[in-house]
Amino acid sequence: MKKQLLYRVLGLLAVLFILSILTFALLYIAPGDPAEKRLSSQGVAITKEVLEAERLRLGLLRPFFVRFGEWFFGIIRGDFGISFKDDLPVAPKLAAGLQNTLILAFSSLFVSILISVPLGIISAVRENSVLDHVVRLLSFIGNSLPNFLISVLLMYVFCIWLDVFPIIATGSLQGLFLPAVSLAIPMSGRFVRQIRAEVLRELGADYVTGLRARGVSEKNVLVNNVLYNCMGHIFTIIALQIGILMGGSVVIETIFRWPGMGDLVMDAINARDYPVVMGFVVIMGTIYVVINFLSDILCQVIDPRVEA
Amino acid sequence: MKKDKLKKRIIAVSVLAAILVLAALFADFIVPNDPYAMNATLIRKPPSAQFIFGSDNLGRCVFSRVLTGARMTIASTFILVAISFVIGTMIGMLCGYYGGFFDELLMRIADLMLAFPQMVVAIAVAGILGGGLKGALIALGITSWISFARLARSHTMTIKSEPYITVSKLMGKNGLYILLHHVLPNIIGPLLINALTQVGSTMIGISGLSFLGLGVVPPQAEWGSMIAEARAYIQIAPWAVLFPALATIVTIIVFNYLGDAVLEYKNDR
Repeated sequence: MKKQLLYRVLGLLAVLFILSILTFALLYIAPGDPAEKRLSSQGVAITKEVLEAERLRLGLLRPFFVRFGEWFFGIIRGDFGISFKDDLPVAPKLAAGLQNTLILAFSSLFVSILISVPLGIISAVRENSVLDHVVRLLSFIGNSLPNFLISVLLMYVFCIWLDVFPIIATGSLQGLFLPAVSLAIPMSGRFVRQIRAEVLRELGADYVTGLRARGVSEKNVLVNNVLYNCMGHIFTIIALQIGILMGGSVVIETIFRWPGMGDLVMDAINARDYPVVMGFVVIMGTIYVVINFLSDILCQVIDPRVEA
Repeated sequence: MKKDKLKKRIIAVSVLAAILVLAALFADFIVPNDPYAMNATLIRKPPSAQFIFGSDNLGRCVFSRVLTGARMTIASTFILVAISFVIGTMIGMLCGYYGGFFDELLMRIADLMLAFPQMVVAIAVAGILGGGLKGALIALGITSWISFARLARSHTMTIKSEPYITVSKLMGKNGLYILLHHVLPNIIGPLLINALTQVGSTMIGISGLSFLGLGVVPPQAEWGSMIAEARAYIQIAPWAVLFPALATIVTIIVFNYLGDAVLEYKNDR
């Protein structure tokens, strides 16, 4: 077990290293030249000499691996480089954004778990009842809605029709509500579908028939056996959704101007501020990879049937 | 009995999907007004006989723009799914049939790609490529081939030791011939179903990127970018947002439902 765990951790580190190489390589597929962009935005007349000097100053002329090494070791120390836009260090910006993004992500995750776990279980237990059909329909529709649409529609209803929420999220609890709900609706749709399928599969297992035949109460079967056995899979389902949640939060943050990483990265993309974009990919990728790693381990700990 | 009902439903939804695709294909002939013609005297008019869906901030006909945008959204989705289908299937069949080092390498690359959050990667790549539909398609294409490759690979591996493949080999046919004439026809069913289930999520991805300004660029009509544009004046002209939104929702629901129903039909067999 220990040796296995060691291999897994080594694999995780390798994936993270490749993630950072790929992220850094993003710079090389970029068509625009940051030096040129920078100069023109500062109103400097672009001549060949000035451009070369600026490239040298920004360190754009050195070979790939030298620059990669510098950047990589910087990141390990928590230094994400200097912003091309305003010459300020990137790390504090990312940290502030990350904090807000985490608040948003956790609240929407909390809301959707609160909605979808009970609904998924009830709809599986009462398969083909009216409730099941309604839940399935709603989760299907929720799953088919792009989150930017949900947020635009919610904005229309709550901010303009009913006028109960501010349009621009102010960072207060009130401002958090709409972005969190916009993220939670499609996510709940997917959770309900997957949790329902998982519980149904477990309910159809032979041991459930056996337990029922021996007169074990239905409640006991469900709570102590079926749900217990589903737990690991439900964790995996949730962990896999984190990636979609991250992409979704970029869209939602831009719409509501929630001051998170997504809002930051969209501004950075428009300004060709590559260090911020790269920092964003590395941080999001690392969080996702680590969460999935932990959920795999957790799955094995709570469910001994899962093989490594 | 249940099967018949499902079959009827699939046919009904297929007809709907076909109508959507046809409307998108022949948008140029259906549009009542020029989708790009601006008119300063007719800005933000509510739905009327002339403009069924109203007009937008520049006096353009929303109905015509939704129809023209349909072609953009639906065609780019189909193109992306088709390219991923062809590339993924080819890689998957070659990997499954020949195995060896390249199989190992490509499958590890696929695992690696799935280890990263897809939309985050897509946003970064599309953003760095500088927007445009091509950039958005490349960004989404990085991961979209993987499901096809995995599916094609596992199906190829299960049938490659069937007697008819061995016979074909003994007859001196080369690998490419066997893959195209024997393997592909036998594995294409599940791959097509996979393609169908990918349509909805691909459409969400493309219109999401366009909404962020990383896909189709205005004034080109596309649902995501139309919604992003009209969002600014939703208070005054809600129809300019609501109709493209409705079109997106209906299209995604139709294709998702079709994918689900076909999958269920096949699993029932």
